[in-house]
Amino acid sequence: MKSARTMLGLLLLAATLAAAPARAGDSPEPAPPAPPCDVPGYLLSSESSLPKVTDVVKANQPLNVLVVGSRSSTIPGNEASAYPATMQAALKEAFPAANIDVSVELQGKSTAEETAGTLVKLVEAKKPTLVIWQTGTVDAMRAVDPDDFRTAINDGVVALRGAGADVVLVNLQYSPRTETMISAPPYLDNIKVVAQQHDVPLFDRFSIMKQWSDAGYFDLFSTAHGVDLAKKVHACLGRALAKFVIDAAHLGPVQQN
Amino acid sequence: MSSIADPIAGSPVADAKTEANAEVKAKAPAITLPVTGERELRLDLFRGLALWLIFIDHLPTNLLTWLTIRNYGFSDATEIFIFISGYTAAFVYGRAMLEGGFVIATARILRRVWQIYVAHVFLFTIFLAEISYVATSFENPLYSEEMGIMDFLKQPDVTIVQALLLRFRPVNMDVLPLYIVLMLFLPLILGLMKWKPDVTLGLSVLLYALTWQFDLYLSAYPNGFWAFNPFAWQLLFVFGAWCALGGARRMSRILSSNITMWICIVYLVAAFFVTLTWYVPQLGHIMPKVIEQWMYPINKTDLDVLRFAHFLALAALTVRFLPRDWPGLKSRWLRPLILCGQHSLEIFCLGVFLAFAGHFVLAEVSGGAALHALISVCGILIMCGMAWIISWYKHSADKGASKKGAVGNADLAGGGA
Repeated sequence: MKSARTMLGLLLLAATLAAAPARAGDSPEPAPPAPPCDVPGYLLSSESSLPKVTDVVKANQPLNVLVVGSRSSTIPGNEASAYPATMQAALKEAFPAANIDVSVELQGKSTAEETAGTLVKLVEAKKPTLVIWQTGTVDAMRAVDPDDFRTAINDGVVALRGAGADVVLVNLQYSPRTETMISAPPYLDNIKVVAQQHDVPLFDRFSIMKQWSDAGYFDLFSTAHGVDLAKKVHACLGRALAKFVIDAAHLGPVQQN
Repeated sequence: MSSIADPIAGSPVADAKTEANAEVKAKAPAITLPVTGERELRLDLFRGLALWLIFIDHLPTNLLTWLTIRNYGFSDATEIFIFISGYTAAFVYGRAMLEGGFVIATARILRRVWQIYVAHVFLFTIFLAEISYVATSFENPLYSEEMGIMDFLKQPDVTIVQALLLRFRPVNMDVLPLYIVLMLFLPLILGLMKWKPDVTLGLSVLLYALTWQFDLYLSAYPNGFWAFNPFAWQLLFVFGAWCALGGARRMSRILSSNITMWICIVYLVAAFFVTLTWYVPQLGHIMPKVIEQWMYPINKTDLDVLRFAHFLALAALTVRFLPRDWPGLKSRWLRPLILCGQHSLEIFCLGVFLAFAGHFVLAEVSGGAALHALISVCGILIMCGMAWIISWYKHSADKGASKKGAVGNADLAGGGA
């Protein structure tokens, strides 16, 4: 019995070792010497497009971006370091001549369904070219029925398009500490489904942050109370989101290095 | 414990044993049960495997996660678990019902339900301790929103009562409540099966269809729904029971046909390629949009047909290529797996606890992939060790007591969820 268990241990160890190269083979990126924000290309490119953004930027008209999201779209007390602001900075860097305005509409405790109902009014009031809709966290925490969630996102996207705006969807944060409490997968899947159905670019915040955590760029398990980590992560998210928008609007890579 | 691996499950050779079952058959023409004392080691083996996989899937993604079946197809260990649980439960309590009558069987089932319920409450206590710790020690502003999930700690009275009512169920603790509900209905299922097994299965399929049509679900606390919808998942459980009570034997011709085999293989390969596109997003563009739109999302809550079919295909191939008298089943290499499968309720609970503990260690010690994998391996070794100790207790320490219990042995009855 005892030796059987020892052998089992060896067997599992061998399996682990065998699995390691297999996993490395999954991501064929040559992995250039990476700055901490590095994100694999496939996470920053989208088959979907943002025609209105493309037109506006090419015509040198002002680009109005509206970020609609919950509390994970900001850093309490440090709004200027949150990803909408860092994205704006990165966009300005990419198009120095353009007039880029980013406004943020936080709906801290609203589910996708509740937010979806407000979208048309928001678009009518602010006339954005692009709406970046971050959603899913509240729904996951409240364990909203994923089907209802999907319907809500669907309605929201249709409403936004109908009101004349381009849409980018942003999904949940990767939050390893609360993994045993919040079940993210059904919500991630359903956002993806809607994005595919309507050809909406989906900024996969979850996978990107997970990538950073796995690569060791950020210790997302950290219990640190300071805002340092949050600022760094948001700085990277903003830059990645700007790249993503530029790519989806087919405006790169002339301006991008 | 008898280690004679005689037929329970349907397989081509099942007919050879018909004679042995004649006696039981005579009593209850509608359903058939194998002779007393038989133990189907394949069931233990795969239930043990399911326990290991569920444990690994409950830990944060790590190297070992790539060994679990959910990465290679639609279904995962939960399907295996619920099916085998239905199978073994029907096998044991079905016999109790034939021999002792409806009331005796129901009484035994209820005792088992109580055991599972107590196990669930025990796990909930540990969970509560874990998250209370996280709530007090973790204040990362990056996750100020996600930490809102701890709000229920402000109302411990309500939360605890809701947990006792099975309405408040943390992530990863959904399986036991599902199992409790399914077991509660087992007397009804067995009663119907005794009357007409095929009608029972038909009713189960009907309920499944109605669930999809009318979106039936059980609500949870503070809001939301049961992550495993019992109205849908009962299909696997009842199907397991139906197979145990003679259905598998009647299906043996279908199972041994080459056409079935090729359909299964083609489906599994197709499912594998679809899954591949999830993990290698660069391949995503190969998938035709039409198929994507038709297929996604693959709904785990309501046991998507694609998942059910995937499980059926896996099961059919397993029954075909792994005969019940395969000598490997008695080898010492598979012994740890089989032992885990034989004490499934205990090992399942231990697995959930170890997953919590693993999360905790990973959160406290910032370790790399190696530590992740090490934790998984340690967890599995602990599960095996515990299974070995439990079986030692049953067969050595409690020898006198266990002699009589062989028939109604709760573990044989597919404990654990």
